[in-house]
Amino acid sequence: MRFTGALTSPRMRQILTPSGALVDEAPMDDALASRLYRAMVFARTYDRKSMALQKQGRLATYAPFEGQEAAQAGSAAALEVDDWMVGTYRDAAAMWMQAYPMELLFAGRTGHEHGGRVPEHVNVLPPSITVGGHMVHAVGLAWAERLQGSSRIALTYFGDGATSEGDFHEAMNMAAVQKVGTVFVCQNNGWAISLPTAEQTATETIAEKAIAYGMPGVRVDGNDVFAVYAATREAVGRARSGEGPTLIEAVTYRMGPHTTADDPGRYRSEADREEWVRRDPIERLRVYLSERGRWDEDWQMRIEEQASSEVERAIVLAESLRAPEPEEMFGAMFAEIPPHLAEQLAEAKAAP
Amino acid sequence: MSDNFGFTETPASSGRELTYLEAIAEAIRLEMERDENVLVMGEDVGGGFGGAFKVTKGLAERFGDRRVLNTPIAELGFTGMASGMALMGLRPIIEMQFADFISTAFDSIVQFASTAHYRMDAAVPWVIRAPSDGGIRSGPFHSQNPEAWFVHTPGLKVVAPATPADAKGLLTAAIRDDNPVIYFEAKPLYRSLKSTVPAGEHVVPLGSAVIRRHGTDVTVISYGSMVHQVSAAAEAVEADGISTMVVDLRSLKPLDVETILEAAASTGKVVVTHAANRMAGVGAEIAALIAEEAFESLDGPIVRMGGADTPVPFSPPLEDAYRPDAAKIAGAIRELAAW
Repeated sequence: MRFTGALTSPRMRQILTPSGALVDEAPMDDALASRLYRAMVFARTYDRKSMALQKQGRLATYAPFEGQEAAQAGSAAALEVDDWMVGTYRDAAAMWMQAYPMELLFAGRTGHEHGGRVPEHVNVLPPSITVGGHMVHAVGLAWAERLQGSSRIALTYFGDGATSEGDFHEAMNMAAVQKVGTVFVCQNNGWAISLPTAEQTATETIAEKAIAYGMPGVRVDGNDVFAVYAATREAVGRARSGEGPTLIEAVTYRMGPHTTADDPGRYRSEADREEWVRRDPIERLRVYLSERGRWDEDWQMRIEEQASSEVERAIVLAESLRAPEPEEMFGAMFAEIPPHLAEQLAEAKAAP
Repeated sequence: MSDNFGFTETPASSGRELTYLEAIAEAIRLEMERDENVLVMGEDVGGGFGGAFKVTKGLAERFGDRRVLNTPIAELGFTGMASGMALMGLRPIIEMQFADFISTAFDSIVQFASTAHYRMDAAVPWVIRAPSDGGIRSGPFHSQNPEAWFVHTPGLKVVAPATPADAKGLLTAAIRDDNPVIYFEAKPLYRSLKSTVPAGEHVVPLGSAVIRRHGTDVTVISYGSMVHQVSAAAEAVEADGISTMVVDLRSLKPLDVETILEAAASTGKVVVTHAANRMAGVGAEIAALIAEEAFESLDGPIVRMGGADTPVPFSPPLEDAYRPDAAKIAGAIRELAAW
């Protein structure tokens, strides 16, 4: 089995190497770097715990993101708290960083309908389950913000596979031609279920597709939180100042399966994965912080404990949501309940 | 078609005669004046062009290009974008250049907009204006009536006005509604039908059917341009002593179940007809509803008439064979009356 194209392709911006060495100027101070480290530890804890919960039958099918923590944390950190985020089922870390409550992320996987009911002050759409369908919504949100005189922008996440969908083309074209304040972040994790990127697209990179739309395309080491942050900050600045959208390709790797329903051992090599263990996004930042005297074992243990208890709190809360009544299903369809649903509700309630 | 087929329009002291197209345009203009969140978007709708059928002519000059948005040819893209805008509290009126092209936007409509309220408890108050219907030799890709796809989809409302007054009133209601509404406008009626339309604010509630003609022998249920064929058929069979009740559904979802059942029960004989193909069409739902809820009142089989299970033909004789029309409907009424 061959390596994915992502491993060998050129022209990838990197600031922090896998061994934790800087090859360019760090785009953030130590305080922010520490916060992002902590966020990534939280993310990994959430992700591993979710895999375990799914195996226990407490969560529905789960799509893990281990390995992609820097791609999500680095990009999310470049947003203002009220900017829009429109992502997928594999973007929980970023959504949580943009204030999507962790218990609602879990509720979306415990089969509770409230998982998608985002609190009013949170400008994050629930995860898109259809591949690629959501990018145009981000363009619409950003466009509406502009029409209403606001400077809020929208960032949308998608995978390498989604770039094959027609939706990607329409969203990219529309955003570029109208200079809509949208940041397109492709987490190219090398695999769309079992299909490697090289069989997904004939272009060498995802980033180069931006050229055809008339917007900048940037390719970064997606496991380098500094490179992701720097590229996203620049793209967010362009979007906010009316210069239009940017496509960012964050080259990363899905360490686990597509979802808990598949076994990646059937379609990719262990050697490939081993190489990406060496490129781990969290370890390189740990080394960096450690060398700057910002990391020690005590702190590591403390944040791991905090992460565990936060994840525990969220899952307990999600599991304690009362089971919805039939009213909620029929009553939720429209702003008001139309006669045919009132009748179906009555039938449901009368059922033995 | 220059008269209004003897319809009794909503009497309005301040009404004047407008074409079906003028009535649509008036509803858009009045709602844009009333609510600054209402905007128009679609292919060629802005600038000096005003849309393929000129429904939006003059809007860009009046309201500016921030509220009259020309979009690239990307039905999925701009429909999805409208959903994003609607979540922000805007009320986009999306013009599909032809209803036929709505299929490219299908995913965005049925996967996102129609489920948004259920999933997010958030309103997506857009309207898609879909110029539909054939009979005017426009061929298979500019003549379709795809309403059944959307009636079948939970979470959408679907309307299909037959008269200028309803074109205005239903569009006004659709724009103000907090849910996604697909508004099928019958393009054969755009300039051929002119009748009284109330001036100023005029709202026809979604979900209300209307009896266009009272009768005692046979009830014919229809919507959109086919209502006019039904009315002509009713006139024709009156000479034979058959009294026909004509029901114009106006809203396909939600349905006015009460009016449908009362009208069906009052004659005991029902024809349901539409221009869309008959197979699994809206008529099937109406027929099933009547069979389930008014079976004991029926004195004959429920007759469904619709398009053939083929594309809408380009060839005039074939298109005539495809569609129900006044003569075919009159034949069905006579046959059912004799049952």
